[in-house]
Amino acid sequence: MTDYVIDVRGLTKSFGDKLVVDGLDLRVERGAIYGFLGPNGSGKTTSIRMLCGLLTPDAGSGTCLGLDVLRDSATIKQQVGYMTQKFSWWEDLTIEENLRFAARMHQLREPRKVVGETLERLGLTSRRRQLAGSLSGGWKQRLALAACLLHQPRLLLLDEPTAGVDPKARRDFWAEIHALARNGLTVLVSTHYMDEAERCHRLAYIAYGKLLAEGTPEDILAQVGLRTFSLTGAPPDAVGELGRLAGVEQVVPFGLRLHVSGSKADLLEASLRAYAATHRISFESVESSLEDAFIALMRGGESL
Amino acid sequence: MHRLLAVLAKEFIQMRRDRLTFAMMVGIPIMQLLLFGFAINTDPKHLPTAVVSAESSEFSRRLISAMSNSDYFDLQPAPPTIDAARQMLERGDVLFLLRIPAQFSRDLVRGQRPQLLIEIDATDPVASGNAMAALSALVDQAIATELKGPLSGLAARAGPIELRVQRRYNPEGITQFNIVPGLMGVILTMTLIMQTGLAIARERERGTMENLLAMPARPLEIMIGKLVPYILVAYIQVTVILSAAHFVFGVPILGSIPLLLLCVLAFVIANLSVGLLFSTLAKNQMQAMQMTFFFFLPSILLSGFMFPFRGMPGWAQNIGEVLPLTHFLRIVRGILLKVNGPADVWPNLWPLLVFTLVVVALGAKRFRKTLD
Repeated sequence: MTDYVIDVRGLTKSFGDKLVVDGLDLRVERGAIYGFLGPNGSGKTTSIRMLCGLLTPDAGSGTCLGLDVLRDSATIKQQVGYMTQKFSWWEDLTIEENLRFAARMHQLREPRKVVGETLERLGLTSRRRQLAGSLSGGWKQRLALAACLLHQPRLLLLDEPTAGVDPKARRDFWAEIHALARNGLTVLVSTHYMDEAERCHRLAYIAYGKLLAEGTPEDILAQVGLRTFSLTGAPPDAVGELGRLAGVEQVVPFGLRLHVSGSKADLLEASLRAYAATHRISFESVESSLEDAFIALMRGGESL
Repeated sequence: MHRLLAVLAKEFIQMRRDRLTFAMMVGIPIMQLLLFGFAINTDPKHLPTAVVSAESSEFSRRLISAMSNSDYFDLQPAPPTIDAARQMLERGDVLFLLRIPAQFSRDLVRGQRPQLLIEIDATDPVASGNAMAALSALVDQAIATELKGPLSGLAARAGPIELRVQRRYNPEGITQFNIVPGLMGVILTMTLIMQTGLAIARERERGTMENLLAMPARPLEIMIGKLVPYILVAYIQVTVILSAAHFVFGVPILGSIPLLLLCVLAFVIANLSVGLLFSTLAKNQMQAMQMTFFFFLPSILLSGFMFPFRGMPGWAQNIGEVLPLTHFLRIVRGILLKVNGPADVWPNLWPLLVFTLVVVALGAKRFRKTLD
């Protein structure tokens, strides 16, 4: 039997008459880095809040770390590290005071020692008396992550952790996430960045509160079944014209090239061939990117 | 011109969006009009009065009926003994206590200048002023009707009776004795409600509330942990105000200080619970401020701090009876000026406790662990 850290079925939540999460089924294996994708307002944050016990689901059932998500939210909180989308540590406390507060809230046995080690590892020992509010975006993110990890959680929930962080810091961040996962920590991370999605072991794509696709990045590409061609030589104003061709679902400029994708490969290829005959362009088949796949999913989701 | 209109339009849209601010802008003037227009009366009438008459004579009946016909006095059922009457005065149930001694009429007729004794609760010097003037006129009139015919000679003499007025608790009618202890309640109300309201609204505004709630702490632990520091702040304020009251303004501290400090705790907790309730309702710090003001205004006007409580119409007194400040003012003035003991304080302490209980229940219902 596979060891699922998160195993929930039919999670549903509405605010007022707005259905935000609609029957979400989710299974995450131990030690996995699980990407949670979807457009803004698709219910990612609400789902994460339900998993860590901040929100009570209206319907659904399941377990998180083997604990009932409805009844055991207090115990779940002790074993989960949750990093909010917005920096949610106290900007008017120093780095050290924030960490010490987290350590004491989690009733760690040696808060002083744990905080000291964490500061050392972060390289913040010399700046420990600096107010958290004065840190740059990248450092805030590192502090927030470190604070969530103080109590050695078994599950890490990250809600768009790298928004507004520079590429170098993002890369370091992901290196750390992978190192943590290798040690058996399970990570659920929501993101908008495709390069980050590609670094996940498995992905779930939700839109309008519904789970639209699930699996490894390869699985998802296969599920969506998108074919993509890269066009060279098309003038910039060809985008609209190409978009109206039969079988063309997306036209995306990529520098001087245009990527044209569609799910009906034969129809798409025939249209492009006809277009190439009358215009001075050439095209070649390329691998569809996750981004193309997700945009296709999002379009499909709208028509649901 | 176009840009000006654009800014104007934007301001109006935003004003309309923030319903609470808009409601406050309309609500506060209405509340002020109602309170200042209808509730406040600096010529208080219908003041509760007790009469202890040791004789039942033509004169005593005439005086009592003249008093009950006057707007100024609301005669309470006659207390059985003078001690019971004193206690009513001490607890603030009555503001006036009129004593007609035995054989008053006989002494009056004999021309022996009998004494008519009036004890006034003078903690609030403003409350009793006009009524006092009215009373001596009433007495003169009653006597004039009594001393007719063969006795008219007595009336002509100066002072057929001796009207002895005792201003109890604040004999010199010093306003500070009333205002300064009251100020303690006003300051505590203002700072405590605002500070707690802001403290939680601030966490919400900055997004740190989510982090706090995601940690494994019970809502009760978070609530108490956030409120206790303000109890400490409150006691610092009380110490400062009490010291200033005593050493700067010469306000007497006649009652028990430990009892006062205990009552302060009940009052502080009542105010903190209001702050907590507001903080669960307010979306941001601005709204918490506005709600504080909305509560503070009736507190200061209807509690008897600024204007005599007994001078207000019934509905305003009823609202006043709900407010913690009303009861706390009576407790503070009672302990400091009237040597009120625990039994005297209790009638004003339990309403505070009931108030707290109700508000905490409402607040706890809203302040749930989850964000939903």
